[in-house]
Amino acid sequence: MTKMPKWADAVLIPLISIFLAFLLSGLVIMAIGKDPVVAIKTMVQGAFGSSNGIGYTLYYTTNFIFTGLSVAVAYHARLFNIGSEGQAALGGLGVALVCLYVPWPHWAIALPAAMIGGALFGAAWAFIPAYLQAKRGSHIVITTIMFNFIGSALIGYILLNYLKVPGSMSTESTRFGAGAHLPTFHEMLAPLGIEFNKNAPVNVSFLIALLAAVGFYFLIWRTRLGYEIRAYGQSETAAKYAGINPVRIVVIAMLISGALSGLMAINNVMGEAERLIDNAVEGAGFIGIAVALMGRNHPIGIVLAALLFGFLYQGGGELSFWESIPRELVVVIQALVIMFTGALDNMVRAPLEKLFIALNKKKEA
Amino acid sequence: MSVQSEAGRQATAAPTASSAPIDAPAIELRGISKAFGPVQANKDISITVKKGTVHGIIGENGAGKSTLMSILYGFYKADAGTIHIKGQEVQIADSQAAISAGIGMVFQHFKLVENFTVLENVILGAEDGGLLKPSLAKARTLLKQLSDEYQLSVDPDALIEDLSVGHQQRVEILKALYRQADILILDEPTGVLTPAEADHLFRILEGLKEQGKTIILITHKLREIMEITDTVSVMRRGEMTATVQTADTTPEDLAELMVGRKVLLHVEKKPATPGAQILEIENLRVVDEQGVERVKGIDLHVRAGEILGICGVAGNGQTELLEVLGGYQTGTGTIRLNGQEIDLTGKNSDGQSRRARGISHVPEDRHDEGLILNFQAWENMVFGYHHAPEYQKNRFLMDNAAIKAMTQESMTKFDVRPPNPKLEAKSFSGGNQQKIVLAREIERNPDLLLIGQPTRGVDIGAIEFIHQQIVHLRDAGKAILLVSVELDEILSLSDRIAVMFDGKIMGERLPSETNEGELGLMMAGIAEEKSREAGQ
Repeated sequence: MTKMPKWADAVLIPLISIFLAFLLSGLVIMAIGKDPVVAIKTMVQGAFGSSNGIGYTLYYTTNFIFTGLSVAVAYHARLFNIGSEGQAALGGLGVALVCLYVPWPHWAIALPAAMIGGALFGAAWAFIPAYLQAKRGSHIVITTIMFNFIGSALIGYILLNYLKVPGSMSTESTRFGAGAHLPTFHEMLAPLGIEFNKNAPVNVSFLIALLAAVGFYFLIWRTRLGYEIRAYGQSETAAKYAGINPVRIVVIAMLISGALSGLMAINNVMGEAERLIDNAVEGAGFIGIAVALMGRNHPIGIVLAALLFGFLYQGGGELSFWESIPRELVVVIQALVIMFTGALDNMVRAPLEKLFIALNKKKEA
Repeated sequence: MSVQSEAGRQATAAPTASSAPIDAPAIELRGISKAFGPVQANKDISITVKKGTVHGIIGENGAGKSTLMSILYGFYKADAGTIHIKGQEVQIADSQAAISAGIGMVFQHFKLVENFTVLENVILGAEDGGLLKPSLAKARTLLKQLSDEYQLSVDPDALIEDLSVGHQQRVEILKALYRQADILILDEPTGVLTPAEADHLFRILEGLKEQGKTIILITHKLREIMEITDTVSVMRRGEMTATVQTADTTPEDLAELMVGRKVLLHVEKKPATPGAQILEIENLRVVDEQGVERVKGIDLHVRAGEILGICGVAGNGQTELLEVLGGYQTGTGTIRLNGQEIDLTGKNSDGQSRRARGISHVPEDRHDEGLILNFQAWENMVFGYHHAPEYQKNRFLMDNAAIKAMTQESMTKFDVRPPNPKLEAKSFSGGNQQKIVLAREIERNPDLLLIGQPTRGVDIGAIEFIHQQIVHLRDAGKAILLVSVELDEILSLSDRIAVMFDGKIMGERLPSETNEGELGLMMAGIAEEKSREAGQ
């Protein structure tokens, strides 16, 4: 009953889907009277053509890895966490508090502390919906999406009333101290003699994100907890039969999910802005859903999908800057990628499966 | 009405117009083949069914019976072959075409609207016009006529949800007859019936046969085939292996044709030597999530080296009894294991605590409870026992290599085919899935094994093996609580039988001192004393 080799399922299908999405995007660009070839060149050039571009692409990628992993952990327990946006925002608050109120001597000490702060705040924000789901049966999709708005309002309130620089017009906190400055790629690569653009925001958090992806793999597929999370996600009745406590799994999976979202703040708040600003997450939480979906909830897939969306973000920005293609159209392209890789998966899968069956038959004959 | 069904109507209108031979067979299938991807579900199948006969089709799960009937009813299109009805070739494109060709189908899972009345269900999809009243009136008279003719009495104004399963099935048959079916196909019709209801069904089928209807009965129960059919076809792996006159064959021969080798239909076991009391249940009550009392104060005990069989129609509290013992349903009352009480509520009442106390559980529903179908075999082989120290590498990681090695060993020992620990559970056949669960639970060497529906959806070849394993465990001095809706299984495996009805124990019997008739009456809730008389 061999259908399709594994590599085709994991590599070929997403590649064809992306190709189709870009094909359709090209048609849309043609429809508004622009040249799609120039557009794609601009995007690639903008995202990968310079160390500045690469720096921005990887910066976005870092955000998306964290939120993608966050959504994926919850998804393994069959919980649809739409609240990464809010959890990351609260994580930002946690990181900011740690960085603002402690005079850190060195970033290597500040970073672990900030990670704990971000993870704790993100997890705490996920705990309330998790508890309501586990104990009261309030649907987690509804509660987490509500908590995004509450979180956003809460951050705004705290910024405005407590953290804002007195006399300033902008809703942002004071700058973190020098001891909380995370090394950028420029600073990290200079000792090795590699020149990297000074302005690119990518920083040491990128490596933390990759470590988190490795940790994710071990957690989900090697530990007892991961086994129980997956078992619960596959079948709640079977989990009960096996003596796995559903309340415990729901709460723990959501705590880990919220913590991963909260961790994102070491990149955007601590690494890039170096202060807490309003709406610092910029939709990365929602992109995380697409990243997890496209990455099949596997860390390797998530890292690759995060890179693709990093490219779309950075390249798309360049596109609107240089080609006067409206920013909204870039969102359309992102949406097409999500639609083809996520929603229309079967459109590519079914014909491909038939093709492989036909090929196998020929081989046998 | 679709274009295809119009075509079907025309095709079937033809035989009445032309001069078809009077003694043409009711149905003739010639060289039917059907493949799903690489799987050949039906391979060059030909059957001829004479008018006014009952024809049985028997075969193991996955032998292709249902596919064949789906082709006949227009759900699938055959890759090759032709269908002839009353001597004329017909094209059956969809179920409407099948209905106009005179074919009626009674599915295993009824297709009725629960909150509609019997009458409304009968006319559903066969209304005469936009207004319901004339159709309902017409159906009412016709229904009365049919009921008198075939012992098919059902209250036309009752809601489906208020009817017993047996009556719901009659509605399905009435639906087919209302659509003037000459050929009635029944798919596993007795799976949900009590023995008495099944007997009644057979009387209805006899009546229909006498009126010249043709009946095709799909089943895996040899007893039914012997009891009611005139001819029987045996299917194995998509092929028709034989068609014989029922009178000329025996259950043993049919079983051999189904499986392809000789099988033991009777469990060989020595008399039990019961030892110490392992399980004692006193006044157990279970109230489910809806607040309905499912188990209403039962007392039971099981000794070491003994199989206690609990029989009853599905839904009479057996499931809840197993769930309480297995640790995922709360109850009140007292349960003692090896003389020590076990918790029925609280944190020490979950599945983990039960396993720690030496209770293993092969659940009734292996797809939803016993296995995780998307998990590989090795992941399933530790399910519920994944906390055991021998499966941990260190404080954090599980020892996957050790689990795989253990799985490989168990699979060989329990003859799971294919013995590949990395195959997902859903890729195994029903019998092999059950062997995986059984291996997992028996290999833990429990004091008490709970086992629900051990052979549901399991092929005959594997049934034999599973029964042997249960008897081996008993002979090793373990206590076994067996729940099954298959009376044959209860009678041949149990050392003692308790009958459950409406959450209560109707009585206990020794297999040697009872029979299906008596147990059947007890399962239907007829008082113990009365059933005793009836059994004798």
